[in-house]
Amino acid sequence: MTDRILLAHGSGGSLSHDIVNEGILSVLGNPILNKLDDSAVFDAKGKIAFTTDSHVVQPLFFPGGDIGKLSVCGTVNDLSVMGATPLYLSLALIIEEGLPIADLKNVINSIKEAAEEAGVKIVTGDTKVVNRGNADKLFINTAGIGIIADGINISGHNARPGNKIILSGTIGDHGIAVLSKREGIGFETKLQSDSAPLNKMIAEMIQVSNKINCMRDPTRGGLSSTLNEIAGQSGVSIRIDEDKIPVRREVAAACEMLGLDPLYIANEGKVVVVVEAEDADKILEQMKKNKYGQNAAIIGEVTEKHAARVTLKTALGTSRIVDMLVGEPLPRIC
Amino acid sequence: MTELSSFRQSDMAKGLVESIKRHALKEARYMEFCGSHTVAVMRNGLRQLLPKTLTLTSGPGCPVCVTDNSELDKAIALAQVPDVIITSFGDMIRVPGSHSNLQEAKANGSDVRVVYSPLDALQIARTNPYKSVIFIAVGFETTAPTVAASILQAKQEGLNNYYILSLHKVCPPVIKALLDSGEVNLQGLICPGHVSAVIGAKAWDFIAKDYGIPCVVAGFEPLDILQCIDMLAQQTAKGEARVEIAYKRSVTHNGNITAQRILEQVFQPAAASWRGMGDVPGSGLKLRPEFSAYDAELKFDFDPGPTKIQKGCICGEVLRGVKIPTECKLFRKVCTPLNPIGPCMVSSEGSCAAYYHYGESNDR
Amino acid sequence: MCVAVPSLITALDGSDAVVDIGGISRKTSLMLTPEAKIGDYVLIHAGYAISIVDREEAEATLELFRELADGIEPEELIS
Ligand code: SF4
Repeated sequence: MTDRILLAHGSGGSLSHDIVNEGILSVLGNPILNKLDDSAVFDAKGKIAFTTDSHVVQPLFFPGGDIGKLSVCGTVNDLSVMGATPLYLSLALIIEEGLPIADLKNVINSIKEAAEEAGVKIVTGDTKVVNRGNADKLFINTAGIGIIADGINISGHNARPGNKIILSGTIGDHGIAVLSKREGIGFETKLQSDSAPLNKMIAEMIQVSNKINCMRDPTRGGLSSTLNEIAGQSGVSIRIDEDKIPVRREVAAACEMLGLDPLYIANEGKVVVVVEAEDADKILEQMKKNKYGQNAAIIGEVTEKHAARVTLKTALGTSRIVDMLVGEPLPRIC
Repeated sequence: MTELSSFRQSDMAKGLVESIKRHALKEARYMEFCGSHTVAVMRNGLRQLLPKTLTLTSGPGCPVCVTDNSELDKAIALAQVPDVIITSFGDMIRVPGSHSNLQEAKANGSDVRVVYSPLDALQIARTNPYKSVIFIAVGFETTAPTVAASILQAKQEGLNNYYILSLHKVCPPVIKALLDSGEVNLQGLICPGHVSAVIGAKAWDFIAKDYGIPCVVAGFEPLDILQCIDMLAQQTAKGEARVEIAYKRSVTHNGNITAQRILEQVFQPAAASWRGMGDVPGSGLKLRPEFSAYDAELKFDFDPGPTKIQKGCICGEVLRGVKIPTECKLFRKVCTPLNPIGPCMVSSEGSCAAYYHYGESNDR
Repeated sequence: MCVAVPSLITALDGSDAVVDIGGISRKTSLMLTPEAKIGDYVLIHAGYAISIVDREEAEATLELFRELADGIEPEELIS
């Protein structure tokens, strides 16, 4: 038997059955998926949230996670920040011919672990194999469905002046952990990607307060881009405090070395929460009880001056504008 | 000791700001030559702390910004040569040449890779023995010795698929050209910290002596810059013009002699063309004949085509400190970091990018 | 120009060294600062140490800043 994925694995013939049955179903199987009909069929009641996300990451495996974990957590988090309880995910794999089967197995195992932790099921899926050079090892798309309970109205449009901004933890961990493994940049660090499913923590927050106006996970583009999106959608301005934003020493150092700014570095297990001021402390307390919110902090507030601007109060007490990320952050020497 | 944050403490900044206010009674315009200083000033909102008597102007000290279209065109043309891997600092990837940039060359099929260090480029050369690895060597005296060292290393190892395109520039001649042009009226120069770490503060003696302009070498933390401004203000107040160092932990009068020696062993001065300044004699570096085997320009056949200048872009004047980015008609309207017309917008330490990201309100 | 960060030399092998920069480590070359030793702080630029950081000078500068800051009321910087 070969130890690499061949084009034939995607042909629909018996080799495809091998990967699907042994490689995927045996690991991720559940009553809905096991039927292997053309669509997953299930009951759902209430308001439904539906999202999709494609995942490409170089390298596939990085400290603290891999593309499998990312693909589950990303979709789970996208549902959760709308106040939905994530239930079902689809999983589509695009595999480049030649991918070691062991790598695929590892990825599927992480998918299983992440889905179990989040309490979601993979209910439908697809596998394609493409010629070498037509994809970069492995691309994964997941879509997800979640249910929004009555009375929940969380959206990027709902930030209001006076609201407090809570950040669930340190920024930049994912981006820097991944960067540390790139060719041409490599450095050693114990830093791990923060990739994590946040649905449990978010559910706990929603339990203690109905004053959460908007939530968003600051992934690519980093904290700054997320705050700018919220400011833009809600037509408000946001002021954050440099001193209050949690940044790990390693992230600060790597950014220093590579000429990057942690505000623009990707996260995969963080959430920005905009809440009514009176409930801010209560929600913060609750977040800190969850392992993914231990370093949560109130980092700023929504102001009304200059619509749709994000400003930062520097450690020196001066202020500056914080813009969206433009292009991929590249290490620079000058 | 030098924990990264020590030179950022805000309580200490207060002492420096008070001191600046005491000394800066006379109107004065200081130029921060170096783009990293421009960015540090903007990022930390330092202008907001300075008394109204002081104006800070940005200078041409961003190696990316001053790279001329003709030079970028060479890099892009080299990227089309078969079996070549272009390695470059991230800074250069989006900088527009006459018609294109390295990012587009990559999208069109060239192998272009971002590296953090020439050491990484050497490594790529070792692991790809059948390809030619060309390092796009930009940078001032800080960076040139690192590239020189990489060539010595390649030579020692017998690595014969490593080349450089030398776009290096040196600072003192261009400052001289700028001052000789008489376009800017300066009462002080904030001298580049890391260039000075290599060439020594003595490199600026001629500015104090011949032009009567106070010079202070500064580091890049907010406190370093404030200290530098305070020292300049003191010289202005006393009517002096001397070279001082506000970055003594890293810079000495004579600089790093080993680095200077290695630089001189590998490179020799050459004319170079600066965006906005044109040709400045002796302001570039090219490989010495003994090292010509590493010179991508000599080794490969390539045609950069005719140079075209972007219309309406006033990068040149911005670089000379004659105009500020907001005076450019294209600024923010046509020219943005996503669609940069000139390199001052694309380099993260370019003045236009700094104004774009950190807000014009920052300016005074 | 020229991003450079102070880094602690933690291991040495000829002109190759390993430095620690606030908890991350990276290989670096000491070709430009051959006299640097383990325990020294060096400024790293583009993967090479370009100068040795003088700790005494660093302390002296910080001391000077502290003196200037002494006796200043901790009120906001921007009034
Ligand atoms: S704003 Fe753009 S076009 Fe105008 S000077 Fe700057 S880089 Fe050139």
